[in-house]
Amino acid sequence: MKKLLPFLKKYRKECFLAPFFKLLEAVFELFVPIVVASIIDVGLAAGDKAFIIRRVLLMILLGLVGFGVAVTAQFFSAKAATGFAAAVRSKVFAHAQALSFSEIDRLGVPTLINRLTGDVNQLQTGVNLFLRLFLRSPFIVFGAMIMAFTLDHTAARIFLLVIVLLFIVVFAIMLLSIPLYKKVQARTDTLLGRTRENLTGIRVLRAFCKEDAQIAAFESENRALVGFQKFVGKISALMNPLTLVLVNLAVVQLIRMGAVRVDAGLMTQGTVVALYNYMSQILVELIKFANLIITLTKSFACADRIAVLLDIPARETAGETVMAAADAPAVSFDDVSFSYDGAGEPALRHITFSAKKGETVGVIGGTGSGKSTLAALVARFYAPTDGTVDFCGENILHYPEAELRRRMAVVLQKSVLFRGTLRENMQWEKTDATDGEIEEALRTAQALEVVQSKAAGLDEEVQQGGRNFSGGQRQRLSIARALVKKAEVLILDDSSSALDYATEAKLRAALAALSGQMTLFVISQRASAVMHADKILVLDNGELVGVGTHESLLRDCAVYREIYASQSSKEAIVDA
Amino acid sequence: MREQRLTLKKVWRYIRPHRVLLLLSLVLALVSVFATLSVPILVGRAIDCMVGIGSVDFEGIARIVLQILVLIGAAALSQWLVQVIHNRITYHVVQDMRNAAFERLQHLPLKYLDAHPAGEIVSRIITDAEQFADGLLMGFSQLFTGVMTILGTIGLMVSLHPLITLVVILVTPLSLFLSKYISGKTFHMFREQSAVRGDQTALIEERVGNLKLLQAMGQEEKSQEQFDALNEKLRACSLKAIFFSSLTNPSTRFINALSYAAVGLIGAFAVIDGGLTVGAFSSLLSYANQYAKPFNEVTGVITELQNAIACAARVFELLEQETEKTPAEVRTLPLQTGTVSIEDVQFSYTSERPLIEHFSLEVQTGQRIAIVGPTGCGKTTLINLLMRFYDVGGGVIRMDGTDIRAMQRTALRHSIGMVLQDTWLMTGTVRENIALGRPDATMEQVTAAAKAAFADGFIRQLPQGYDTVLQSDNEMLSQGQKQLLSIARIMLCEPTVLILDEATSSIDTRTEVKIQEAFEKLMVGKTSFVVAHRLSTIVSADKILVMKDGNIIESGTHRELLEKNGFYTHLYKSQFAGSAN
Repeated sequence: MKKLLPFLKKYRKECFLAPFFKLLEAVFELFVPIVVASIIDVGLAAGDKAFIIRRVLLMILLGLVGFGVAVTAQFFSAKAATGFAAAVRSKVFAHAQALSFSEIDRLGVPTLINRLTGDVNQLQTGVNLFLRLFLRSPFIVFGAMIMAFTLDHTAARIFLLVIVLLFIVVFAIMLLSIPLYKKVQARTDTLLGRTRENLTGIRVLRAFCKEDAQIAAFESENRALVGFQKFVGKISALMNPLTLVLVNLAVVQLIRMGAVRVDAGLMTQGTVVALYNYMSQILVELIKFANLIITLTKSFACADRIAVLLDIPARETAGETVMAAADAPAVSFDDVSFSYDGAGEPALRHITFSAKKGETVGVIGGTGSGKSTLAALVARFYAPTDGTVDFCGENILHYPEAELRRRMAVVLQKSVLFRGTLRENMQWEKTDATDGEIEEALRTAQALEVVQSKAAGLDEEVQQGGRNFSGGQRQRLSIARALVKKAEVLILDDSSSALDYATEAKLRAALAALSGQMTLFVISQRASAVMHADKILVLDNGELVGVGTHESLLRDCAVYREIYASQSSKEAIVDA
Repeated sequence: MREQRLTLKKVWRYIRPHRVLLLLSLVLALVSVFATLSVPILVGRAIDCMVGIGSVDFEGIARIVLQILVLIGAAALSQWLVQVIHNRITYHVVQDMRNAAFERLQHLPLKYLDAHPAGEIVSRIITDAEQFADGLLMGFSQLFTGVMTILGTIGLMVSLHPLITLVVILVTPLSLFLSKYISGKTFHMFREQSAVRGDQTALIEERVGNLKLLQAMGQEEKSQEQFDALNEKLRACSLKAIFFSSLTNPSTRFINALSYAAVGLIGAFAVIDGGLTVGAFSSLLSYANQYAKPFNEVTGVITELQNAIACAARVFELLEQETEKTPAEVRTLPLQTGTVSIEDVQFSYTSERPLIEHFSLEVQTGQRIAIVGPTGCGKTTLINLLMRFYDVGGGVIRMDGTDIRAMQRTALRHSIGMVLQDTWLMTGTVRENIALGRPDATMEQVTAAAKAAFADGFIRQLPQGYDTVLQSDNEMLSQGQKQLLSIARIMLCEPTVLILDEATSSIDTRTEVKIQEAFEKLMVGKTSFVVAHRLSTIVSADKILVMKDGNIIESGTHRELLEKNGFYTHLYKSQFAGSAN
């Protein structure tokens, strides 16, 4: 929570005023039993109706002022809570964007989304309740006790005792049940997981006739959950009866002591009534306080989770602008190895190669051969574990990130479009791109027909995740989006896999026409996608097993030959 | 209203077994309410026993104290029991409903499951069931105690002073109207808040789900600006909604203060005029304070009850879906020969759009059928029919000469091995995943199957080997490795008929060659249907079915189809010949 406090700074005034006005409200409430006592002891004893009317008016006034201050307090607290939540949310979003690829891999997207939505909302509720109740409830509890002391010292000791006992009971039950409720939640999650799994895997499960086995598993998990729920329920059901008993025991004690003291003339009847009223107030507020603590513990847990996220260092983006030699290669790897965090085996081992400016480099290999990792290192999404990657003759790690992003364009394996119009999507990489520029990029990416097939053209709305476009269309549009930027280096990471061979061939030809203007990396599983490259890198199990042209590799590289043969066996048949 | 009553009737079926307990809890709730309510009167009487110096009636007080102790003991015990009983009923009802819903889920036709997002069904079974039981039973018990408390309080107040009771009864509804007014006014603010929040969540999912892309484009700032604009909008909406709704408490408290003051005034005058004792006056003040509380609870409960009934209705909607029908006479014998004959089959997902019409096909034991066509042409429809995930609309599919609709589904599916392109792993160990179809398989059999599917190597590299726990959305394995695992599953089962959805690109070519070999072994003597992407598979098939827009438009061998020079030839040229240039 400490880590998040600075976000409340802007609302320092509200954070002070909200509890302050809540406190005032409590003070006014605490006066009421005294006024009633004076009605009984003074007004009733003397039969003074005018006095009684004045006191009743005072009670109404107290209520009215209480209303005023309460509303003021609610406003300040709502303002602070929502402002705080918005500030935290904005920061968490910014931080999520600033995380390195390794951290994104480690945390996972669902975690980040939960932090931004559920956790921040819970935090907002927590702050709001805290500002409103955290001072009020204890204040009423202790205020009632202090008032009791001003009324009668001896009787007030009962208050002290009962408050201590109530605290012990309430917190003992809470401390016992909160961790148990967490376990209940975990078991509910298990049940939820099984249900979800049964829906996503329904075809496989049915194909293997697992219906009865799944039902049995679900029922046993369900039974375990219910057994546990009942157990926790029994404990937390103790709260109300126990506090009821405690308070009423105190009331009984109050009556017995009051009787003696009234009889001796040490206390008035009105005081007994006032003390009784205070006792009732204590119980109500203590229960509220206990509920508040439950909410707050949840909020603290959320705050902790958010703080942990914010504590993860952001990736390095600064650097010095480098003036590189004009004749240096665009990209070169010098004995580069790389392991993903937590993975045993390195994903890439001792890779050395260089790509001249304007060259087209193909990267080919099977699943898990390290192709995408190589692409990610070229783009500096990850820093090499060993060795150096140079960009235009200078260590790529020395560049400011913004400059790298400006000079490089990457099309990722998973092609994604954002909600908005097609034009807005095309302008993501270059905010001021004109329709002309966009059209040119679309033409190269073989995506012009996609746009033309839509009634609204570039104004066509893209739905969330680009659902209203097919996989192949999304790939072509993603390529176009990257082309709009006209970067020095373009990396296509397996981004034409959903295209048919004919379209892919056209795309290849169009990109070839741009060669000389940019260095192009084409990562693919298909030999046909890379065979025309100036240089082909063949990866196998993280190692570079061949570098050269199509012809030279066919001659010298067994792995390449195998890949090519397995994919082109069809030609042999066609020719036959 | 009628629908609600209907839902309640269905709900009753689940509560009925617990009706004795329910009745007991109602009785106990009554005991607790009246015991608790009597305390202020007794305290009032005790106060009347202590009029002044030297005139305290100690005997009377001793008697009253004893009464209070007994009552509180009874109240506390019954309160606890009520709570425990309610928990018991609630949890058991939820358990029964969830079990029923889950069982129903296992027997629902895929037609229903395909048409409903998984998240929606999950929330019906998990969240709705819980909210329903919580809301209904807690709501019911709160409503019952609330109403009893109100009636009891009124009764006791009337016994003390009818006029004051009347004043209290007249003032209290004001607070109800007020809170209702406020919640009515704030309703649209909350709706606006949830709309904006929904927009923001969508943006969050889109952007956070694609953080890598944003970074690759270097456009984090632009994204942040868009986020902050929406964030500010949300803040303003939330502030309004939270603040205005938080007016309810102070307002009702104020109205309570008014009624309290009124009781104070009238009560005090009555005491002076001799119509009321000081103790009774004090009891009345306590009641005036307590009286409003159950009202607020009761109004809250009513919305909660409505919500609960809505949730119950959603669960019942699932529970009442028709399950798959099982015919009277079923064949339970698994397939022996694996002949398949499709006779004049007709099928469509929706009645407006006919899909497969007049489709016939004879497949002999051991024949291989390749299904080809562009993406989205409906190749999976055929799998759906063969596996009986869907039933034919017309015509008949026979396997081993038996109409598959007259076969027990388990018998049919045990005989067919299926590998889908979208591989799915269940939460569990690697071993459990491979042994999915044969849970009793020995470790040796499992490893043998894994070896045959070329999966043994990477499994051994996993942290705990065959005992590594996998999750369905697991990132530990690559797409290709997942597919290998699902192939190993089939290897273990030795089915009579195979349905294979060939991987497009997820398995690397070198491994794929080996898998192909393994498949060849597996397919010997078995009838197989292959959704094919690889030319070699297609060419070597005994028959090729060419599908387009859900229809089978051509069929024959590779040569026959090329000679026809139709859609197949076109497809063949665009998809495969391209790689030759």
